[in-house]
Amino acid sequence: MALRKRSMGVVAVLAATGLGLAACGQSSGGGGDAIELTITQNAIAGGKNAAGADFITNWVIPKFEAAQKAKGKDVKVKFIPSGVDDEQYKTKLSLDLKSGKGADVMDIDSIWAGEFADAGYLKPLPDLVGADADNWDGWSQIPEAVQGMATFNGKKYALPVGTDGRVLYFNKTLFQKAGLPADWQPKSWQEILDAGAKLKSSGVPVPIQINAGTAMGEATSMQGVLPLLAGAGGEVQKDGKWTGASQSMKDALGLYQKIYGGGLGDPKLQQEAKGRDKSFQQFAAGKIGILMEGDYFWRGVVNPKTGVAKMADRDQVVGYAMIPAMEPGKGIRGQDFVSMSGGALRAVNPNSKHPKEAFELAAFTLSPEGLKEETKGGNVRITPRTDVNKEILAGEPLLTYISEKVLPLTAYRPPVAVYPQVSVALQEATAAVAGGTPPDQAAADYQKKLEGIVGGAGNIAS
Amino acid sequence: MALATSPPEAAEAARPDRYSSDAAGLGRLRAGVFVAPALLLVAVFLVFPALWVLYLGLTNYRLTGAAAAAPQFVGPANLIEAVSNPEFWSSTWLTVEFVAGSAVIGQVGLGFTIAWLLRDRRGPLKRLVEGLVILAWILPSAIVSFLWVALLDRDAGTLNALLGIQGFAWLLDHPMLSIIVFNIWRGTAFSMMLYGAALGNVPPSHLESARLAGASGWQQLRDVVFPHIRGHILTNLLLISLWTFNDFTPFLLTAGGPDGKSEVLAVHVYKVALQSGELGHGAAVSTIILLINLVVAVFYLRLLRSKK
Repeated sequence: MALRKRSMGVVAVLAATGLGLAACGQSSGGGGDAIELTITQNAIAGGKNAAGADFITNWVIPKFEAAQKAKGKDVKVKFIPSGVDDEQYKTKLSLDLKSGKGADVMDIDSIWAGEFADAGYLKPLPDLVGADADNWDGWSQIPEAVQGMATFNGKKYALPVGTDGRVLYFNKTLFQKAGLPADWQPKSWQEILDAGAKLKSSGVPVPIQINAGTAMGEATSMQGVLPLLAGAGGEVQKDGKWTGASQSMKDALGLYQKIYGGGLGDPKLQQEAKGRDKSFQQFAAGKIGILMEGDYFWRGVVNPKTGVAKMADRDQVVGYAMIPAMEPGKGIRGQDFVSMSGGALRAVNPNSKHPKEAFELAAFTLSPEGLKEETKGGNVRITPRTDVNKEILAGEPLLTYISEKVLPLTAYRPPVAVYPQVSVALQEATAAVAGGTPPDQAAADYQKKLEGIVGGAGNIAS
Repeated sequence: MALATSPPEAAEAARPDRYSSDAAGLGRLRAGVFVAPALLLVAVFLVFPALWVLYLGLTNYRLTGAAAAAPQFVGPANLIEAVSNPEFWSSTWLTVEFVAGSAVIGQVGLGFTIAWLLRDRRGPLKRLVEGLVILAWILPSAIVSFLWVALLDRDAGTLNALLGIQGFAWLLDHPMLSIIVFNIWRGTAFSMMLYGAALGNVPPSHLESARLAGASGWQQLRDVVFPHIRGHILTNLLLISLWTFNDFTPFLLTAGGPDGKSEVLAVHVYKVALQSGELGHGAAVSTIILLINLVVAVFYLRLLRSKK
C-alpha cells in the first residue's frame, strides 16, 4: 500500500507539473514457462557507450540464453537501451524503481548505491538471491577497493563493473607548436598554467579545459573540483566530517579562477547544456590543448573506432600525464600526484520476479569470457577482475598506465546517500568562480549550502 | 385547524408544474448519468493529483534516499523554503518576462498583425505565410528546439553564418531573448488562426461605414474591430498566457542555464523535483504555480465577463 501511495505521488507530481517523463523499463513478465529478463544500461547502439550495448545484444543475450537452455531453462533476455545524460538516466531509474518496476538487471553509478539503498530501491544481494551472491567465484578476483564501491553499510548491493582513473590529456601537435615537450608531465599546478600560457600565445583557442559548473553534472566533480581538492590536500569528506570553506577548497577554486578568469579556459563552454560533449569535439578538432578527463575519454570519446569524437590519429597525437598536486607533496596523503576513481555497478532489481536468474545474468556479463569478449576490438577498459585485467590491458598503454600508476594513488567519493547533493553544491561553487565570483566567496557560499545538506555546521570540519 | 384548500383552477394549474418538475428531475438524472464518466475522469486525473500535490508539498518526500522510503510530514516548511529561495523569485520574474514578452506582446501582437494583413488576401502569398507560420506550430517541441539550438549555436550556427559574425553565443549571452523569440515564432500560428477567424466575423458594412465617416485605419481598428473581437482577444490571452506559464520548452533550449538565467518556473520545478529529487519541495513550488495560474485565469475571466 505504501509503495502504491509513493507511486501515486510521483504520478501526481508529474501530472501537476505537466512533465511527461515516461518510465519505460518494465519488470519481467514470465509468460508461460519462459523466464523473461530485462537488462538496461545507459548505452545505445550507434550512440552513447555503443560498445557496451553491442556487447549485451550480440554476445551476452544469445550466450546466456544458450547457457540457460543447456541447464534446461527457457530464459529470454531483452536489452533496454538508453542514450541520455547520466542525471536523466538516474531520474528514469529512480522513477522505475519507485513505481515497483524497472529492468531486472540495471547498471548504476556507484555513488547512487547509498541513495538507492536508503530508498529501498536496492536490497543487499544475499537478501535477494541467497547464498549464491556470496559464493560467486568472481569476488575473489575483485580488489577490496573496487568491492567497496558496491558495499553500503557493510553489505554488498551489486556487482562492480569496473573502475577508472583520471589524467591530463594533451594534444601533442599543439604542444609542439607551443614549444612544449611531447612527454609533458607537470609537477605542480603552476606548470599547468605555464603550459596553458604558452599554448595561448601560440594561438590555441582553449588552452586548458577543466570541467566546471552544473551543466557538466558529475563530470565537474570527478574531472574537476575533486581531483583539484585532492591536489590541495583536501577530501570532500574525512572521518565523517565534510570539508567546507577550507584552505584546500579555496585553493582548488583558486585554480579555476586562474584558468577561467585568466583567459586560459572558455567559461562559456562550462555553461552550455552540452558543454562537455562540445569540449570533446573541440579537443578532437585540435582546439583544446589540455583536458582533464577519465579514461572514458580515451576509450569512448577519441577512440578511433567507436568514439563519439573519433580521432584517427589518437595514439600519435593524444598524450597523457598524471594530475599533479598543487605542489609536490601537497596532495592527499602527502602525494605528488592525485586522481579520483569511480565506477559502475550492475544491480539486481528487487522488483524482479526472477532475482536468482537476474543475478546469474549479471554475473555472466562479468565472467572472464564475457569481459574478454566485451573488451575486444579496441574497446578496452579496466575490468573489476584482476585475473583478466593483465591480459585485457596488454597492448593498451593508457589503461596499463592508469592501472599501474594512477590507481595506486587514486581516491574514491564517499559512498553515502547525501554525496550527490554535496556534489551539486560543489558544481555550483565552480560555476560561480568560472562566472567571476572570487574563490573565497564561492567557498563561503558552498559551506552555507553544505550545512543545509549535511545537517548543520556540526558535521563540517572546522 | 383550517385546512388550506386549493381551488380547482389552482390544482389544474399546478399539474403541469408537477409534470415539468418530474421531467426536469429525470432530465437532470439523465444528464448526471452522461456527465458522470467525464466528472470521474476529471476527479481522477485532475482533482486527485492536484490534492495529492498539495499534500506532498507538506512532506519531505524525495525521489531517492531515506525520505523516499519513509516521507515525513513537515507542514509548511517546503513552502517557506520555496519562497525563501532566491532562485524561486528569479524564476518567477523570468516567467513573467517570458509570458509578457512572448505571449502577451509577441504572439498576440504578431498573430493579430499577420491575420490583419492577410484578412482580405487570397492566393499563394497568403498560403505561403500561413504555411510557414503553422509549420512551427505543428512540429514537435523537441524537433523545433533542436533546430533552434543548431541555428543559434555559437560555433556552427546558421544564424551567425548568415550574419557573418563569429563566436556569438545567443543562447548563453541572451538566453531569455532567444527563448522569447523562439516562443513567438512557434506560437504565433495559434493566435493568427484565431484572429483570422475572428476578423471574418467583423461585419464589412461596419468597416465600410467607418471608412465613409473618415475614420483612419487605427480608428477603424480601435472603434470597430477590437470591440467586435474583444472576446477572442481575451480568450486567446488566457490560453496562451497559461500555456506559456507552464511551458517546458525552455529546458530543451538551455536547460535553464547559463547559471539559472533562463530558469523559468516550469524548469525550476523540474530541477527541484526530478534533478535534485526533492519531490516535496517541487510539489510546494507546483502548488504556488497552481495558485498563480488560478489568479491569472480569474483575472482574465473577470475581464471577459465585464464585456457582458
